[in-house]
Amino acid sequence: MSLSRPSDHIDSPAPSNDPSIAQPKLGVVGYLRFFWRQLTSMRTALFLLLMLAFASIPGSLVPQRSSDPNGVIQFKVDNPDLFPVLDNLQVFTTYTSVWFSSIYLLLFISLIGCIIPRTKHHIDALRARPPKTPARLGRLAGFTTFDARTDAASAIATGRALLKKQGYRTELFTSTVRGVTSHSVSAERGYLRETGNLVFHTALVGVLISVAIGGSFGYSGQRVVVEGQKFVNVLGDYDSFNPGRFFESDVLAPFRISLDEFSATYELENKAALGQATDYSAFVTTTDADGTEGSADIKVNEPLDIGGTQVFLLGNGYAPTITVRDPEGTVVWTDSVPFLPQDAHLTSLGVVKVPDGLAEQVGMIGFFYPTRATLESGALTSGYPELLDPLLTLRVYTGDLGLDAGVPRSVYQLAVDDLTPIAGTGADVPALEIAPGQTVDLPNGLGTVELSDVKRFASFDVHNDPSQIWVLSFAILILAGLFTGLFIPRRRVWIKATEKDDGTITLEYAGLARGEDPRLEAAVADISAAHAKQLEPKVEP
Amino acid sequence: MTLTLETTSLLAIYSAMALYTIAFIAFTVDLARRSALVQAAVPVAAPVGQLATASASGSTTLLEKQADAPIAPPRTSKAMRMAMAFTTIGFALHAVGVLLRGLAAGYAPWSNMYGFAITATGVIVGVFLLVQFWQDLKFLGAYIVGFCLAFLGLATVNFYVAVAPQPPALQSTWLVIHVFVAILGTSFFALGGGLSLVQLLQARREARGSGLRFLATLPNALKLENLAYRLILVGFVFWTFTLIAGAVWAERAWGRYWGWDTKEVWTFIIWTIFAGYIHARATRGWRGSRSAWLAIIGFAAVMFNFTIVNLFFKGLHAYSGL
Repeated sequence: MSLSRPSDHIDSPAPSNDPSIAQPKLGVVGYLRFFWRQLTSMRTALFLLLMLAFASIPGSLVPQRSSDPNGVIQFKVDNPDLFPVLDNLQVFTTYTSVWFSSIYLLLFISLIGCIIPRTKHHIDALRARPPKTPARLGRLAGFTTFDARTDAASAIATGRALLKKQGYRTELFTSTVRGVTSHSVSAERGYLRETGNLVFHTALVGVLISVAIGGSFGYSGQRVVVEGQKFVNVLGDYDSFNPGRFFESDVLAPFRISLDEFSATYELENKAALGQATDYSAFVTTTDADGTEGSADIKVNEPLDIGGTQVFLLGNGYAPTITVRDPEGTVVWTDSVPFLPQDAHLTSLGVVKVPDGLAEQVGMIGFFYPTRATLESGALTSGYPELLDPLLTLRVYTGDLGLDAGVPRSVYQLAVDDLTPIAGTGADVPALEIAPGQTVDLPNGLGTVELSDVKRFASFDVHNDPSQIWVLSFAILILAGLFTGLFIPRRRVWIKATEKDDGTITLEYAGLARGEDPRLEAAVADISAAHAKQLEPKVEP
Repeated sequence: MTLTLETTSLLAIYSAMALYTIAFIAFTVDLARRSALVQAAVPVAAPVGQLATASASGSTTLLEKQADAPIAPPRTSKAMRMAMAFTTIGFALHAVGVLLRGLAAGYAPWSNMYGFAITATGVIVGVFLLVQFWQDLKFLGAYIVGFCLAFLGLATVNFYVAVAPQPPALQSTWLVIHVFVAILGTSFFALGGGLSLVQLLQARREARGSGLRFLATLPNALKLENLAYRLILVGFVFWTFTLIAGAVWAERAWGRYWGWDTKEVWTFIIWTIFAGYIHARATRGWRGSRSAWLAIIGFAAVMFNFTIVNLFFKGLHAYSGL
């Protein structure tokens, strides 16, 4: 075992401190060997493990680009001096940074350097027979001895049967020392311990490889769908899309999802949690590639499986249907605009951009309150997330919306710096207030705005990660390996019978732990007791 | 009807705390009694050693014996029996408190910090009581009950929130599995951390020949280390399961199994520290006090993960309810 283990493993022989042994000069190969041994030593593995734990900490203290991109932008605003320093250190992408990656890559190389020789050694051990019985058992664990009135060979035969029944692999030996013959059985069990150990560590490597390779073939995309609208699984229909490195657009399964209804339920009775959501359900109609229609109810913890991908319900909110008309009453713009929720009671913020059809380009920033309420400061807010007393307020701006510049602009933002406010903050006219069904005039005789309806929208996340099933399989192997590798004891047990001149025999029992084995002595005691029972009547020593 | 399920639950928790307080005092009295016992035993032992053998080696042997074999109290002290009885009754009330909280809410009551804290402390005390059937670890009583008492105090005063409906994100069977196994893992880490702490004190006493007196009645450092190791192994398996179950649930709820969310990061850090602990035991030069420190750091990280990370770090596991 010692050969397959790192030299500083607790089971390996202690290093020699004899100064008389001259160290040979190391050549290139010698140095490579030396570094390999260092890298695969227990101490280095332990050091790298603890380093990995330590190196994970910064990523939890500072927002990460992957999970919290807005947090990173906010951090930059709040800490303009610190930001570039940390950014250079790749702290905002901790888990893909050079330093974090090098730690785990070194750890995994060290791990592989450990797994390979141990696997080879274990395969040999699985083929090998239990070793020869030691000459003196007296110093080994759980040593027990007593005399019995039977012959050595048959006593050992019963002992062997007993051990075999307990899952031991056995081998018989006979030895003669100074004319005294002893029969013995050498037994070993718990090979699964090392198997489990190797499975555990190999599965860890498996997880890493699955994540690295499998993740590159997947994709994820987000799409906001208003009630009554549909979404088709093609690249152009996504609001945002994150392809893996090896993603190709032909893997997008052709399917269509129509959002028939979105229902949200809120707590009405419990005063302590008034307005807290208790259920979100997106009722959808799905259409497969071959035209088969189906219906489904997507919930937060119940994604929809379709076309080899999963569709998750991530968010929801209100989409007021706003219609803008010119002074003649001709509709120049109409849409159900998704408004982004700003608080638990769904005070929502949205933007309307009307580039054509009116005397000037018009931009509007709208606040939607499902249940209007007034703060002490006089500002409007929403008092409850459902449509009890809905109100839309609009700040109106005129000027160049910048839509013709060819630069992509967010539909959720309106840059007001170069615009002229004509209603709301900065203007003489207060913000427009519209209840559903109402139509109000735009200032300066530009036209009218109508709030004809309020719909709900749902935002869906479509995920395809072919590595998932691999990661899960390896995770299960990790658990299985952990159980067997930690809790199955590997031990050797010997029973030795020595014939005496008076026709009785002396029986000896002892065990040897191979790795952690807190129950070894008890196990040897159980074996000797069970054996003694089978050999009765015996002679007390 | 003023006595709702929710207020009855709180009442049961307060009563459990009162009983734990008595138990804690009794556990401490027992420790003090052990110290007194050692004090009484030592002056007697020394002269005997001197009288019996004139040779220096004789008395050395005697001292070594003392360090190895604990001075066992002849039987469990009255204080200890009282402490265990109060802990057991306290635990029963504690369990009722958690159960009523669950009934009041209509779901497994660990979706906010208060619910989690009362459940976790309950399970820790429960595991402590059950572990006694395997090994006599009653000497950890003051530590375990004291710890849970302090935590319950924190929970009732600072974390308390009224029962609220389960938010859609938490409506999953995985909440029951993932969180409960995490709590079980925490319980075993708590016991292992406690044993490692005693191990460090014991090792120091064995090296210097002086230290807290009651330590002489406890198992030696090696035995404590072995016990801690076995408990932490169990905790580690639970923790690994927590990580995996969490990933499976994250995939169901958020569409990705791993996203380096702050809570995920800390769960991973804790896993790595305890993986380090297990490896340290197999590394020459790292057995003993060094690995004990790792166990203590690991348990401290568990506590950090629950308190500081929940309250002050931003992330998807924002369920403190505060």
